[in-house]
Parts: sequence; structure tokens; C-alpha cells
Amino acid sequence: MEELLNTTAGDVTQLKYALDTFYFLVCGALVMWMAAGFAMLEAGLVRAKNTTEILTKNIALYAIACIMYFVSGYALMYGGDYFLTGITGDGFTGAEEPATYAPSADFFFQVVFVATAMSIVSGAVAERMKLWSFLLFAVVMTGFIYPMEGSWTWGGEAVFGMYTLGDLGFSDFAGSGIVHLAGAAAALAGVLVLGARKGKYGKNGEINAIPGANLPLATLGTFVLWLGWFGFNGGSVLATASVESANSVAVVFMNTNAAAAGGVVAAMVVARILFGKADLTMALNGALAGLVAITAEPSTPSALQATLFGAIGGVLVVFSIITLDKLKIDDPVGAISVHGVVGLLGLLLVPVTNDGSSFSGQIIGALTIFFWVFVVSMVSWLAIKAIMGVRVSEEEEYDGVDLSECGMEAYPEFASNKK
Amino acid sequence: MKLISAIIKPFKLDDVREALSDIGVQGITVTEVKGFGRQKGHTELYRGAEYVVDFLPKVRIDAAVADDIVDQVLEAISKAAQTGKIGDGKIFVMPLEQVVRIRTGETGHDAL
Repeated sequence: MEELLNTTAGDVTQLKYALDTFYFLVCGALVMWMAAGFAMLEAGLVRAKNTTEILTKNIALYAIACIMYFVSGYALMYGGDYFLTGITGDGFTGAEEPATYAPSADFFFQVVFVATAMSIVSGAVAERMKLWSFLLFAVVMTGFIYPMEGSWTWGGEAVFGMYTLGDLGFSDFAGSGIVHLAGAAAALAGVLVLGARKGKYGKNGEINAIPGANLPLATLGTFVLWLGWFGFNGGSVLATASVESANSVAVVFMNTNAAAAGGVVAAMVVARILFGKADLTMALNGALAGLVAITAEPSTPSALQATLFGAIGGVLVVFSIITLDKLKIDDPVGAISVHGVVGLLGLLLVPVTNDGSSFSGQIIGALTIFFWVFVVSMVSWLAIKAIMGVRVSEEEEYDGVDLSECGMEAYPEFASNKK
Repeated sequence: MKLISAIIKPFKLDDVREALSDIGVQGITVTEVKGFGRQKGHTELYRGAEYVVDFLPKVRIDAAVADDIVDQVLEAISKAAQTGKIGDGKIFVMPLEQVVRIRTGETGHDAL
């Protein structure tokens, strides 16, 4: 230890620790920025009368995720103490096996991932869910449901002592399955309990359009998510202070970007073929689908493969959105399609370029994550429904949840001070 | 006195405003509206779901004018707003019972 603190070699080691920590923190901050992306994307795709409520959900769930993960989530996922009491401030000095980055940086990076998983749910249940019911679910999801499946994957624990996913060849670099498929599973359970928006599906099987109120916001949100994703995938390399890891980070950034691009173009082309015109909202979903598709393995594909993987995601997401509507599963922003269907695709693409994983391992992992999250979420939603209800009344839905749940219009006109 | 309400295509607003100014109409009120006449609606797709586009954006210009220039106003608006294509709009002439200039309290023709 003395040696490491007083020599050039020691300086270099300290510098590497500092750089890795810095990189990790910046990536975590970029993933935090994705919360703004989700908020803007969702705000743009709902109607004006429901905008305040979805923004409130987004900022509140982010805060709840941060708190619940520090209370219990991190402990459940990686072992350790509740309320982060046992976490050391210094992973380097005096440690038997010095860490390569500060322990708090690890927590920070992980906590923003939980928030990402939870925010997937808010879009799917938009425009008809009670705010506080949603936030109660957020407490359960971020404090328990996500950390449990996280412990079986990144945490390396056996699934209820039965099998260990890592041993079976499961690999999920940045979380197509662990974060995105999980979020979509919780969202699907919520949507099934909640039901479709009034007027979305007609009596004779018609599917009615409910256009979003602010496409500039939706587009901005997508670009913000795209930027944040560089932290999401880039940070999952977990290091940058060596030639090998720096090279890996660069490849990850490049592939993440390529996949998004492939997703946009593919989704636009499919929309053009199916609908006769380009559909901006599909292009936006396509970008995100591309990003989700590459998230399980952004470091081993070539740039061409990454673009193609993203494109497959872009094609798949359009068809998934249409199919869910045909099944009368109402998802105003396409979250279940982008994160669930394409999250599964992302997992299945890993063995194509990564020999360390296997298709069987990916499938078992996907099924484990999906069934755990879906079933426990379903139980949670039903319990919340019994306790306080999950859906606003018909009249509240027509007037808009901004008024009924928040008492505040997003675009107020003619507000008066006279009482 | 008459209240003239013209529904025109939005991009024609500047032309109509200029034409009215040229014949001495000093004040107008403009509203963004939507509407249709004998144009049939058409359908578009939003994320694969069909919806009907019946109402097209238009601009409504309201102007209070003296009886003696009504015909000039109608001609000025028509010439400026016309494209010859479907959806050019309509002008409505309504009798105006009273007008008040709020700042000075003037009424009638003095308030036009």
C-alpha cells in the first residue's frame, strides 16, 4: 500500500482509479439524463389534458427509484446492508483487493438503471391511471421486483437456489433483458389490469387514433434518450482507463449510435410501406428500438452488424405496435413493443456475435426475468387496485388527468385569480 | 354598420390584411379556426390507426365597417383571398347594432 501511494506506479494506479470513477460517474449522469428523455417523449405523445400528470409521474418515479434502491434495492441486488450503511467511501486505500473505481460510483450508476426500468411503465399506463397508485407500484418495483431479478443476473445469485443464469450462458451487457424487458413486463401487467383508454377501441373492432399533443417534445425526448444511451451502454463497460477498455468503450459508443440509426431508417421504411407516408412517431420508436436491440451486446458486433441489429429492431417494433393494438392492448407510447418485444430480440442477438453466451441461456434468462417481473407485478397491481384502485373514473378520464390527479393544466389558458 | 366575418386560407392573411388597409379599414381581429365547406374530409393514419381529417385550418378575420364601404370590402377580401382552388372560404356580412371604442367611450361610426 505504501508503494502504491508514493511512487510513479502508485500515481498511475491512482490515476486509473480516478479516471474509471470519473468515467463511471459521467456515464451515470448521462443515464440520469434519460429520465428527461422519457419525460419529454411521453409528454409529447399524450394529449394536452394529460401532460402535467405524466410529467409528475416521471419526476416522481425517478426520485422514488433513487430512494428505494438505496433503502433496499442495492442490498437485495448485490448483497450488503440496507440503507447503504455498509458502503465504503473509499474502495482503494487499505483494501485487500483495491477496487478500480469508487464504491459510491457503482451505486450511482446502478441507481439510474433502476429508474430507467421503472420509467418504461409510465408511458404504457398513461392517460388513465391514478397517479398515486402508479407511485406505489414504483416503490415495489424499484425496491423489490427489479432488484431481485437484478440479483440473479448482474448480481450473480442463483434463482431461488435453483440455477445460476451466468453458468447457463446468459449474457446481458447493459440490460436489454434486465432493464428493458423487465420494465416492459411490469408495464404489460399494468396495462392488462388497467384496460384501454376510453374510445381507443370501437365496438366493431375499430382502432381509433389518439394523436399526441406535442411532437416536437416527443422528438426532443428521443434525441435526449439517444444521447443518454451512450452512458447506458458506454458505462456498462465499467472502465476506460486501459487500452483494452478504452477501445471497448469506443466500439460501444459507435455501435450504440449505429443501431439507433438503423432502427430509425427501418421503422420509417416499414411505416412508409404499410401506411403510405412516413410516421414520425414510428421513426422515434424505431430509434429507441434500435438502441434496445443493441443494448444486450454492443461491444462485439461490427458497425454493420450493429446497424442491421438496430434495423431488425426497427422493423419488429412497427409490427409489434400494430399487433398490440389488434390485441386491444393499449400502449400510448409503444413502450411494451420498444422495450419488451425488442428487449427480447436484443437478448437473442447476443450469441450471434458473442461466443460466451448461448441461445438457450438467453431464452432461460429472458423467461426468468419476464415471468418473475410479470407475475409479481400483476400481483402488485391487483393488490393496489384492491387497496386504492388503479384507474381514474370515466369523467376524470374525459376531463383529463391533469385536472383530476394534479389540479394543474399543462397549457393553462384563462386562469383567473378571482375566487 | 356591418360586421364582416371572412373565413380564408391561413396563408392569405397577409394579402387580405394589406388589401383591407389599402381601402381604409383600420382594425381587424384575427382568429385561428378550423372548418370545412363542401370539401370532403379524408383519412390519415396515426400509428396504423385511421382517423378522419374533416376540419382544415382556416383564419377568421372580423372587421367592423361602415355601410357605405361594405361592397368595396367584400371585393377587396375576395380578390386578395382567392386562389381558385377548393377551400378558398366564405365571407359573412352581419348587421352591427352598436360599436364602442373602449379607450375613449366613442360610439357608433366614430368608433369604427
